[in-house]
Amino acid sequence: MIARLLSGDRPGSRILSLIVIAIFLCLALAPFLFPGVRSLETAARIAIFIVLAASYDLLLGYTGIVSFAHTVFFGMGAYGVGLATQQMGRGFPALATGALAGAVAAAVLAFVIALFSLRVRAIFFAMITLAVASAVAVLVSQLSSITGGEDGFTFQIPRELGPALRLGEVMGVDVSGKTLNYYLVFTSCLILFLLMLRIVNSPFGRTLQAIRENDFRAEAIGYRVVWYRTVATCLSAGIAALAGSLFAIWLRYVGPETTLSFEIMLDLLLMVVIGGMGTIWGAAIGATLLVLAQTYLQDLMSGASEATAAVPILARLLDPDRWLLWLGVLFILSVYFFPTGIVGRLRGR
Amino acid sequence: MSAAPDHTPTMAALGLAEKLGRAMPLLLVPLLILIGIPAVGNTSSWLTLTVSGLAMGMMIFIMASGLTLVFGLMDVINFGHGAFISVGAFVGISTLAALGSWSGAPSLVLNLAAVLAAAIAAMAVTGALGWGFERVIVKPVYGAHLKQILVTVGGLIVIEQLIAVIWGPEEIFLTRPESLKGAITFAGAALEKYRLLAVGVGLVLFVAMRLVFRRTKIGLIVRAGVENGEMVEALGYRLRRVFIGTFIAGSALAGLGGVMWGLYEEVITAGMGEEMMILVFIVVIIGGLGSVEGAFIGALLVGLLQNYVAYVEPKAALVSNIGLMTAILMWRPQGMMPVVKAK
Amino acid sequence: MSEPLLRLEGVETDIGRYHILHGVDLTVPTGAVTMLLGRNGVGKTTTLRSIMGHWPTKAGRIVLDWQDIAAWPTPDRARAGIGYVPENMGIFTDLTVEENMVLAAASGPLDPARLETIFEAFPPLRTFWRNEAGNLSGGQKQMLSIARAMAERRRLYLIDEPTKGLAPAIVATMASALKRLKADGATILMVEQNFAVAKALGDHAAVMDDGRVAWTGSMAELAGDADLQQRLMGLSMEVP
Repeated sequence: MIARLLSGDRPGSRILSLIVIAIFLCLALAPFLFPGVRSLETAARIAIFIVLAASYDLLLGYTGIVSFAHTVFFGMGAYGVGLATQQMGRGFPALATGALAGAVAAAVLAFVIALFSLRVRAIFFAMITLAVASAVAVLVSQLSSITGGEDGFTFQIPRELGPALRLGEVMGVDVSGKTLNYYLVFTSCLILFLLMLRIVNSPFGRTLQAIRENDFRAEAIGYRVVWYRTVATCLSAGIAALAGSLFAIWLRYVGPETTLSFEIMLDLLLMVVIGGMGTIWGAAIGATLLVLAQTYLQDLMSGASEATAAVPILARLLDPDRWLLWLGVLFILSVYFFPTGIVGRLRGR
Repeated sequence: MSAAPDHTPTMAALGLAEKLGRAMPLLLVPLLILIGIPAVGNTSSWLTLTVSGLAMGMMIFIMASGLTLVFGLMDVINFGHGAFISVGAFVGISTLAALGSWSGAPSLVLNLAAVLAAAIAAMAVTGALGWGFERVIVKPVYGAHLKQILVTVGGLIVIEQLIAVIWGPEEIFLTRPESLKGAITFAGAALEKYRLLAVGVGLVLFVAMRLVFRRTKIGLIVRAGVENGEMVEALGYRLRRVFIGTFIAGSALAGLGGVMWGLYEEVITAGMGEEMMILVFIVVIIGGLGSVEGAFIGALLVGLLQNYVAYVEPKAALVSNIGLMTAILMWRPQGMMPVVKAK
Repeated sequence: MSEPLLRLEGVETDIGRYHILHGVDLTVPTGAVTMLLGRNGVGKTTTLRSIMGHWPTKAGRIVLDWQDIAAWPTPDRARAGIGYVPENMGIFTDLTVEENMVLAAASGPLDPARLETIFEAFPPLRTFWRNEAGNLSGGQKQMLSIARAMAERRRLYLIDEPTKGLAPAIVATMASALKRLKADGATILMVEQNFAVAKALGDHAAVMDDGRVAWTGSMAELAGDADLQQRLMGLSMEVP
């Protein structure tokens, strides 16, 4: 039964399965296992970024398209929800409309970009997406009347999802609307993740992989590569937008820093590559690793930095703000030595 | 003996359409400058903006030339190119700060000497860094574009963080050397002295590059190598050495661009290279991968457009350049002057 | 008979997953023209490219004089005195004819006397000296390709189908230029589908089949035996 749920795409190794189960349980029971604002925050972030990274893996790992514009789709979902609430007033209809609008807009944009990419080489395409992503970020910052500019804006989510709604106590932990919010996010992410497993294990997904391996041959056999790539791009974009909507709902805030920044784009790259490209599971592992690192590694580093204060250069290398340095090194090492990522390694490839 | 059809000279005069096609990219820059006049409104602003635009364009060209050449010759895409820009800026500005007495003196000669020293220091360090970068990061992934993109992005991150480790995470403000501060007035327009210098330097570099490519044997080897590296090796040239040399030169140029840009903006940050890369990529795409001339024209167009549009409608500046890129790709999907690669 | 200049022993070459050369044994005698013949796809071009180092060999030796160059990088092989005229000509279209020639003379400046000889053999090259090579006709490009090989004295010439796709008049020009080269005592290994040209120029012949050399012998022997031609190459190579 589990196998059917996972669309036959089992983790593939004992250790990996254990890790996946551990992640699942921790996320599923987060409000009770790790009470506290920060841990819940981290758990929600992990869930959302798992979906976002997986959607990026669909593009990068399965279709073989390098794009730096993924954060644009993420942002569209987030801004969709925020703007819809502003226009329609707080409530579930606004959230649903915003999410839907964001996903559709993202798919449309992805469609346009995909069409454009046909005319240019892959390298051009990567560079173009970089330029487009920056332009969008700049534009959003500048159209502050609509988007709230660089600071973004907060908005109100339905009361049922807010901390004000008290629902009593379960297992010694206060359950509130925020808990419900968390479970909304968690369940949606779970569904989206399983959906992606479904997609990549369907005939469509297998064709994508064939195209990634050798698009020339795929075309020769009769698959319209263009169509497949376009659909994959649109699906990837739509899911990323939905992840963005969930993120906005969770944060009750939307802004360029949290959705459109290049840092997030880099994080995605790191997640997918370190985790293992073309596996979907890799995105889950990578996202968990990276978010945990972002949240807790910095604490570790700050302690280490203080400990080495006597040796200035060491202290500066271990300064918590420099966590990206170490992740960058890990990233480079993993491209060289673990091209198949953690998942690939654990699966024995 | 009657000449067989193949023997008769085929150097028929290029048809008018073909001639126009070849000349079009070259005409775009003057065209844009002319369009600038009505767009901007008054001539003195237009003049100031044109000089700014050309200065900015020259600096972007210097930064972009290395990238496009490395790709054209080695088929290597270096997303970490921006790191060299940043490092060059920091090294150069530090050198300038160390030569504070020269730079603060009211003597043009000393000032220029200081700037020259800063430039040389920047180029030396980034050149050396480029050599290391090529050996460690790039060489293992020759031929694999996806991996190249990934590891060079990784390299970019690491180097930027190291800049923060060495120089600290905050931005560093600086002032230009004494006699390069301020502006001269010409035809009612204020033209910053430094920007005029930048335009001059850019032109000199472009001419120097053209001379190297057209008049020296190494230039011949590079031009031939961009087209057909295999054949160049078959003629006995060790292309790998040419690669390394080109990568080092490209990195050094990026470093020079970084110093110049730092002096232009009067502030430097670890992420400045990364920010410039957007425009650099646009320029390289517009110009055509592998073409130094294309990059020159593209850079001038981007610099001018950026400045004109920022004056008229500040929010549309970056978007206008994206628009320019889209328009040119619609016209020529490979860029304006792509290099014809033998397969 | 002098020592062979070039010897291939058991050369195996893969291109990607395809096993093209299955153990090529070939001898190229000094000062003579050896024709490499065979149907399309048997591995003639791959053999030349393997000698040049464009395809790495999986196994076997490539002995030039007495040195095994199988592991040498391509530029070193060229500097050892091998001049290569590839099937696709390898002309640098962005460079002028002059620049192509200058580049071809890797060890020093172009020798004016040699250049004169080249101009006599290929007059259009003199006419279009300063023009971009990309503007030359197909035949003129082929002339330039051979001229580049002639820019310096080479110990071994590897020539791949110099007359492919050319009009008969130009084929004649090519053939006479190659005859001059031969008369100078050059050692040539040439792939040539045009049997008339092969007969006229070749001293020795090696016929390939399925990634191996199936037959070697003198050109005269092969030319005179139509049955042998039929057996080796599937059809008589005579141009009717």
